[in-house]
Amino acid sequence: MNLAFRDVRHNLFRFVLTCLGLGLLLAVVLSMVGIYNGLVVDALTITRAPRVDVWLVEPGTKGPFAEASRIPAELREAVARLHGVAAAGGVTYQTAEAEFVGGSLRVYVVGFEPGRPGAPEDLVAGRPIVASHYELVADRRTGLALGDRLRLGRNRFEVVGLVENHVNSGGDPAVYLTLRDAQTLQFDLAPPAARVQRARGALPQSQDTLNAVVARLHPDASPEDVARSAHGWKHLSTLTQAEQETLLTKSVVDRARRQIGLFMAILLVVSAVVIALILYTMTMEKLRSIATLKLIGAPDRTIIGLIVQQALTLGGVGFGLGVLLVSVVKDHFPRRVVLETENALVLALIVAGVCILSSGLGVRAALAVDPSTALGG
Amino acid sequence: MQPLAPDRVVLLERIAKHFGEGEARVNALSEIDLEVRSGEVVALLGPSGSGKTTLLNVIGCIVEPASGRMHLDGELVYDGRWLRGDLRRLRLEKIGFVFQFHNLLPFLDATENVAVAVELAGHSPDAARRRAIELLDHLEVSHRRDALPARLSGGEAQRVAIARALANGPRIILADEPTAALDSKRAGIVMDLLRRLAAEQDACIIAVTHDEKIFDRFDRIIHLRDGRLDSGANGHDAPQPALPSRFAPSPKDAARA
Ligand SMILES: Nc1ncnc2c1ncn2[C@@H]1O[C@H](COP(=O)(O)OP(=O)(O)OP(=O)(O)O)[C@@H](O)[C@H]1O
Ligand SMILES: [Mg+2]
Repeated sequence: MNLAFRDVRHNLFRFVLTCLGLGLLLAVVLSMVGIYNGLVVDALTITRAPRVDVWLVEPGTKGPFAEASRIPAELREAVARLHGVAAAGGVTYQTAEAEFVGGSLRVYVVGFEPGRPGAPEDLVAGRPIVASHYELVADRRTGLALGDRLRLGRNRFEVVGLVENHVNSGGDPAVYLTLRDAQTLQFDLAPPAARVQRARGALPQSQDTLNAVVARLHPDASPEDVARSAHGWKHLSTLTQAEQETLLTKSVVDRARRQIGLFMAILLVVSAVVIALILYTMTMEKLRSIATLKLIGAPDRTIIGLIVQQALTLGGVGFGLGVLLVSVVKDHFPRRVVLETENALVLALIVAGVCILSSGLGVRAALAVDPSTALGG
Repeated sequence: MQPLAPDRVVLLERIAKHFGEGEARVNALSEIDLEVRSGEVVALLGPSGSGKTTLLNVIGCIVEPASGRMHLDGELVYDGRWLRGDLRRLRLEKIGFVFQFHNLLPFLDATENVAVAVELAGHSPDAARRRAIELLDHLEVSHRRDALPARLSGGEAQRVAIARALANGPRIILADEPTAALDSKRAGIVMDLLRRLAAEQDACIIAVTHDEKIFDRFDRIIHLRDGRLDSGANGHDAPQPALPSRFAPSPKDAARA
């Protein structure tokens, strides 16, 4: 007969409650892991979205995400003519507070040239931008729907297409505008300021500025060669896609990542301590029964089995509840929660390990108990 | 005719036990010589602190004596040290315990409480269950066999505990105030039951009791005083037979002791 199961059944309500508590704790650990992964993935989506091979930016900078970068728009033409480049497009990036049905919405505005690299390609609804003005493609997370109208700067834009999981490293959802509209938003002065500038006799600043040129290369071209000629001819700095990604994960989100990583580690330690405490008290409460078992002649393996089986049941049920809980709530987090089977497996192993180790504490106490303890009234 | 050796289920020779050292030393048992034959029902009497529980624990291999020799069921188990590594196995096979408080496992029902002892001895769960039900039937508590200990009356719980003590057909039944928690009518019933079962299984019973109303259920009454057997008050009807030569210490053993 399985003593572990009988004992659990006898205290079923409390056991279930304990499992639930442990499940909640493990759910928090798992969401932390998910948020951590999400942060890394989110940081990369916006650089991966245009599906390009190299980024050409202002000389001496590592833009456009890690640093500000401004280059004249005509360089796009020059880059497109470089040997090895298949296609090039100008892009701008900026964050903006948009106005939508009375509220304000923080968005990451991406300007692109329709038909050139940099355009959003993986639309999940609607159509690409066809008009040259006042249309936009928005990330689902903005909460916008097709046909919605959004005020950005001095203009109103209609949502014509939707993409998914396009956010910047801060988690702000992206909206895509044509390069012209984005430049207007980013570089145009408000009319009073423009009047002041004109009155001072300042030359109107060129609006035709980009944050970066993105380029796709021919399959046989090497990014290094392109970088060399771009530097030699046009004094542009070049980052390959891989460099851009490394830069983003290493420097831009690194601190946030370490912060969450540390918090995750602390949570894991806390869970381990909680599991150990629960298992220890569970054993302590049974000490008299264990003494009785020894008295009637139960071998150590029966007693160890009782404790370890309960520990693993607790860990298993708690873990299952945690996974269930996370999978239910993970899409309701304000930022992306990315959970891989691998993460869950590693946590499962850790929980199993902690359970076995902490049942060791209980086992020690149980093996030390004197059978004569069972004799006292 | 001398009784055959296996007939002496319990045989203690000069068993001593003390707790603590120096100032705090308590001589719980000194120079105990005792033999109990199979089928015999012995009452152990004595004032509080005289060592009754300690003596039962020594015989039950729960407490290690300080010196002396002890044979259980014909096997020399203690001679200055335990001679068997596996005392729990010995308890499982040879000894049944009944206590003042029933000591049932709270998370098992009556049947399971008995069956667990049978299973531990290596029988299949089915066989264990059958044996448990048979015993509970015998002890007239089978109508409560699905109840948890917390829902049993004192007498019912005590009978379940007796069933567990008898589950593996022990040769020795040790009982520490088995009837203290019961009224005198129930106490008599439980004692009669113990007697009958012991006779059926050819087991001996050593029971600590203060309950004068059940003295007549015992074959012999022995008194403990300050850790010593009070032979003057020995209720044995026949003089103690001499030890059979088999049990006499050999010169070698004597030298070691
Ligand atoms: N574990 C122990 N540690 C120290 N002293 C002990 C221990 N167990 C018993 N003693 C002492 O040994 C002596 C005998 O104790 P024991 O429990 O055998 O008495 P008893 O005859 O069963 O008494 P009672 O009738 O009160 O149950 C007592 O003086 C007691 O204090
Ligand atoms: Mg006592």
